[in-house]
Amino acid sequence: MLIIENLHARVEGKEILKGLSLTVNAGEVHAIMGPNGAGKSTLGNVLSGRDGYEVTAGTVSYNGIDLLALEPEARAAAGVFLAFQYPVEIPGVNNTYFLRAALNAQRKQRGEKELDSMAFLKLVREKLKVMQISDELLHRAVNEGFSGGEKKRNEIFQMAVLEPQLAILDETDSGLDIDALKQVAQGVNTLRSPGRAFLMITHYQRLLDYVVPDFVHVLADGRIVESGDKSLALRLEEQGYAGVRHGAVA
Amino acid sequence: MTQPATLPLVESLLDAPLPASGIAWLDAARQESRDAFASAGLPDTRVEAWKYTALRGLAQRRFAHGDAAASSRAVAPSLLALPGVEGARLLFVNGVFRADLSTLDALPAGLTLQPLSRVLKDDAEPLRFAWSRSATRAEAHGAADAFARINAASAADGMVLRVAARATIAAPVQLVFIGADGEGELAWHARNLIELGEGASFTLIEQHLGDGGQAQLATFVSDIHVGAGAKLHHVTLQNAASAANLIRHSHLRLQARSEATLHVVELGGALVRHDLQVELLGDGAKLHTRGVFMPHGRQHIDTQLAIRHQALNTASSSNWRGVANDRARGVFRGAIVVAPGADGSDASLSNKNLLLSAGAEIDTKPELEIYADEVQAAHGATVGQLDERSLFYLRSRGIPLAEARALLTAAFCRAMLDDLPNPELREHLASLLIAQLPE
Repeated sequence: MLIIENLHARVEGKEILKGLSLTVNAGEVHAIMGPNGAGKSTLGNVLSGRDGYEVTAGTVSYNGIDLLALEPEARAAAGVFLAFQYPVEIPGVNNTYFLRAALNAQRKQRGEKELDSMAFLKLVREKLKVMQISDELLHRAVNEGFSGGEKKRNEIFQMAVLEPQLAILDETDSGLDIDALKQVAQGVNTLRSPGRAFLMITHYQRLLDYVVPDFVHVLADGRIVESGDKSLALRLEEQGYAGVRHGAVA
Repeated sequence: MTQPATLPLVESLLDAPLPASGIAWLDAARQESRDAFASAGLPDTRVEAWKYTALRGLAQRRFAHGDAAASSRAVAPSLLALPGVEGARLLFVNGVFRADLSTLDALPAGLTLQPLSRVLKDDAEPLRFAWSRSATRAEAHGAADAFARINAASAADGMVLRVAARATIAAPVQLVFIGADGEGELAWHARNLIELGEGASFTLIEQHLGDGGQAQLATFVSDIHVGAGAKLHHVTLQNAASAANLIRHSHLRLQARSEATLHVVELGGALVRHDLQVELLGDGAKLHTRGVFMPHGRQHIDTQLAIRHQALNTASSSNWRGVANDRARGVFRGAIVVAPGADGSDASLSNKNLLLSAGAEIDTKPELEIYADEVQAAHGATVGQLDERSLFYLRSRGIPLAEARALLTAAFCRAMLDDLPNPELREHLASLLIAQLPE
């Protein structure tokens, strides 16, 4: 589904990704771990098309197409979803209105029929139930005045409605207490399916106690320096990232 | 000051004979205002309050006075309906009262509502004090300008409204001014006197509309007195025709513990100027203003908000937003004075603006003068573009760039209507805001 080869990217003239390669297949959950400043969030931002990230070398192929050539909205329509580390507050835009606009914009780009408000509300109610989220969230402006946990749950809820093929979770666990973390993790687990892949970017392994990954990669200094299964995350937790660059983790 | 008699605008306005009232004090007051206009002429951009609004173009125009056919001109039905609002309505076409398009029957107890032309004919005496005080105060405060003076000289119609003490008037009153094409390009003037007695409660919806293609000049002076403990909600929709020049002065005086809530939406017109002056005269008086101005094309919309805290523990909260597109220009001046003795007052003012095109301009000027103790004041103004983080967030969810911009811009403006209690009216105003946006 996603093949990243030798990706180099710069932010404000500073090279952050230095030859990152990674292959993700449908149905897999990959965890990307690494110390601060390793380039974890840059990877998420480059994949979702944020301005200010300059790709200087390498390719990203998503279902056979050149992902980097697409505008952010086209990537979304093609099934790429980024759950933000810091979801943006948008005062004055109602959450339901926003989600419907997003879903219909994606459907339109894919040449599908747009959902009318009845059909959309039905879909939203189903997803709320599955995600165990209160519908009070729907009536508020997007993320405005939401607690940290509510914002992250709203990201997962959006993901549930938009049904992406590739979900990138950028430090979705950061700033959450244990109850909120469990809820978010449960939401992610509910959305796991053979057709959908997850890229979970995280600093700590505690999210991985609840969302068990198929693969764990260590990102350090702009490259994947080590890959393994979930036991790698546990070792990192014990030994820290200090040893990564020296190969001590292995 | 420019040489007044040489300007076509001044000449043409002075050509208009003063309205014949047969009332000695009124004739004298009008003559005095006319003389003041003739000698002072138009302000130029060296006058601080007119720094960003040049009258050079307008000054070269001539306007005819008096529309003989105003009482029979057809008005598009779409201009008459206002969603979510029913009840009393006073409507003027080119400054002339239209009984046939007004609703003055079955007024609730405690509400007196008449066109100024009728009051002047029937019994002008009760207006005498308010009329003369208005001009005197304006001159004393430096708020008198050419347009206020010519209005005082020439206005022969408008609204006179009184709410009796302790009366609660549930249904809002609509005040509608419509500019319509006439035999030539017209100047017309309207004057409104509004008084809420002690403890009264009342909502006024003022509209400036039009669908003609001719240039016009219309001036308005509104004196609004809010008695002790009274509550006023005043909604203004300015959606005049695109060739209309509108110059409005609104003076509000708030007595002790009174509360005034203002929502102002400025969409139409060519050159539009609103001087909005509020005096918090009594202890504990409160003012809440929300406004949106959205000049596009080559429009020029200027709001001059001046708030004077003159008593103990008074509060004002003002939040205005501007969106300028194409080659349009918006001007906002928000001046707050906390006068000596107005201790314990709380004043906040924010003006945020968006520029949607490189040719658009917004000049915003916050001013704050504090001469009292224990005052809380917050003051800020910004001009900028849409937030990049918000745009990316929407795009990352699949919303195309143009749509994301439109969505954020609409949200930016309509936030100023959030606390408008009538949902149908709120949605109507919001739909007008959104219609003004590109696409």
